[in-house]
Amino acid sequence: MADGTSVAVGAIETPSGRTARPGTMTRIARRKSTIAFLLCLPLMVLIVGFVIYPAFYALYLSMLNKKMTAFVGLGNFAFLLKRHTFQLVIFQSCLFAITAVILKALLGFIIAHLMHNIPGKNQRIWRGLLLVPWVIPLALSTLTWWWMFDPSYSAFNWILNQFGMDNVPWLGVGWIARACTITVNVWFGTPFFMIMYLAALKSVPEALYEAASIDGAGARQKLFFVTLPMMRNIIAITVLFSLIVTFADFDIVRILTAGGPQDMTHVFATYAFQIGIQSGDIPLGAADSLFMFPILAFAAFFVLRGVTQRTKDIAA
Amino acid sequence: MSAQLDTRAVPAVGSSAASARAAVHRTSLHRQRQWALWGSYAALAVFVVMFLMPPFYTLMTSLKSSAEISAQTGSPWLVKHPTLENFWYLITYPNFQTYYLNSVIITVLTVAVSMVISILAAFSLARMGFWGSNVLSTGVFLTYLIPPSLLFIPLFQIVGWMHLINSVWALVLLYPTLAVPFCTWIMIGYFSSIPRELDEAALIDGAGYLQILTKIFIPVAMPGIIAATIFAFTVAWGQFLYPLAYLYTSNQMVLTVGIISDLIRGDVFQWGKIMAACLLASLPPIVIYAFLMDYYVAGLTAGATKG
Repeated sequence: MADGTSVAVGAIETPSGRTARPGTMTRIARRKSTIAFLLCLPLMVLIVGFVIYPAFYALYLSMLNKKMTAFVGLGNFAFLLKRHTFQLVIFQSCLFAITAVILKALLGFIIAHLMHNIPGKNQRIWRGLLLVPWVIPLALSTLTWWWMFDPSYSAFNWILNQFGMDNVPWLGVGWIARACTITVNVWFGTPFFMIMYLAALKSVPEALYEAASIDGAGARQKLFFVTLPMMRNIIAITVLFSLIVTFADFDIVRILTAGGPQDMTHVFATYAFQIGIQSGDIPLGAADSLFMFPILAFAAFFVLRGVTQRTKDIAA
Repeated sequence: MSAQLDTRAVPAVGSSAASARAAVHRTSLHRQRQWALWGSYAALAVFVVMFLMPPFYTLMTSLKSSAEISAQTGSPWLVKHPTLENFWYLITYPNFQTYYLNSVIITVLTVAVSMVISILAAFSLARMGFWGSNVLSTGVFLTYLIPPSLLFIPLFQIVGWMHLINSVWALVLLYPTLAVPFCTWIMIGYFSSIPRELDEAALIDGAGYLQILTKIFIPVAMPGIIAATIFAFTVAWGQFLYPLAYLYTSNQMVLTVGIISDLIRGDVFQWGKIMAACLLASLPPIVIYAFLMDYYVAGLTAGATKG
């Protein structure tokens, strides 16, 4: 179609003179790409100034001593790795991100399926209700969770007491506090998985299920041989994307526990904030943040590959 | 979806025996489907209760007086003597007004700046192209994947050089870096879906590129623009790390951090007021999503399913 139109443009232009055409065309082309470049300039300035430059600057910063007067090479990284607190940070970051993402993906998948079962006209209101956790700014809803986890008069402890159980020190004991941070993240992030999976479910052609039914496939076989293969790409993209966001989470841990008890809930972001901004050791904080980079880059690479693959599939 | 299936199952069958068998089969299938439907509703209801528990608790606490909270008797999930005193306190509290105003100013500016930058860039990347524009598109997507917590420490230094520590302008400068990549990405998707015939026709009629953008692309891609605007709004309204790191006095503070730093003094937690403040601060996003959720979900899922 597009070719057809450009041929027509050529046909209109011919009478004006064949000799003048190449010059005009190149001038237009040059002008077009110049305008295109200028339109992208603000974006490039923004990315170069506040993303790429800070990234390299972080690398440089992380190799300085605390007073930022001497170059210490990889000293900060080695120092961090030897520190027990930082080993806890690595463990907790991975535990937090992996557990939360798996739970979010599972719950999101289940809810998306339930939503897909009910008539389309009712879906809107249910979707609206289920998206509420995701709509409220995380920093604000985490405050409510903090209050619900309050040790003395907490919402959860009151329920436990009704069933004759003892108070639980929700945020006071390491492993319970870890579970609490994961719970809040799952609560916040599941709706996102739900809408992504719901959209993907809707895009699976109904004919595939009918064909599977005719071949005698049961519900489970349809799930494993039709739904999951068709959604594979979108599941991968969503999970990896969420892995990035969850891994780099700051709000939940900062508000709920600020890293405590005994630094057991610190993740990379909150620890970087504590040593970099609060204790004023900017190089060490920068080094801590940079530890996230390999994992983020790994996930980002596969997200990008999935998205490109997807674009090709849809274009084909 | 199920209505479609039902009508498809209905068509009449030939012989009487076969039709009777089919009828039995159909009613049992129908019953099965009915059970599955009610099961789905029940399970969804359980999830809704779980998901809405914290917001409900926020609302209940916000309606309690300080005395009722500190009495610690009866169910904390219910309010015995509802009062609006927490809300009244906040509305008349100058600091809270400042936080709200700062949040609004920063958000409006961020949205405006982000949308201008991303619409111009997306138009260029989707339609015009130049040497290296494909690399830039990929770069934009990768930038979107960079979380704020990766670069906030070098940015702290950079903000310091610009003498913008403890200034709302630092946020106006930095928030677009979080919003623009995804907004651009959504807009590239929407702009690419506009048929090329439209802009070629306009070019023949002598329209310039900016005219094509303002007269054709922006009106046609309005759903995408709404989705991108909501995204920019969400980012700017809810960001917590940057204001916590870069702002410290109450005249420059925004809602997300101000509520915590102002209403929690040492060991004194004024939970009624904190919860009321959370509710007031969540109001703008809730209202916006209530009206424009469909656009946002469409933009978000299109960004993922279409790439």
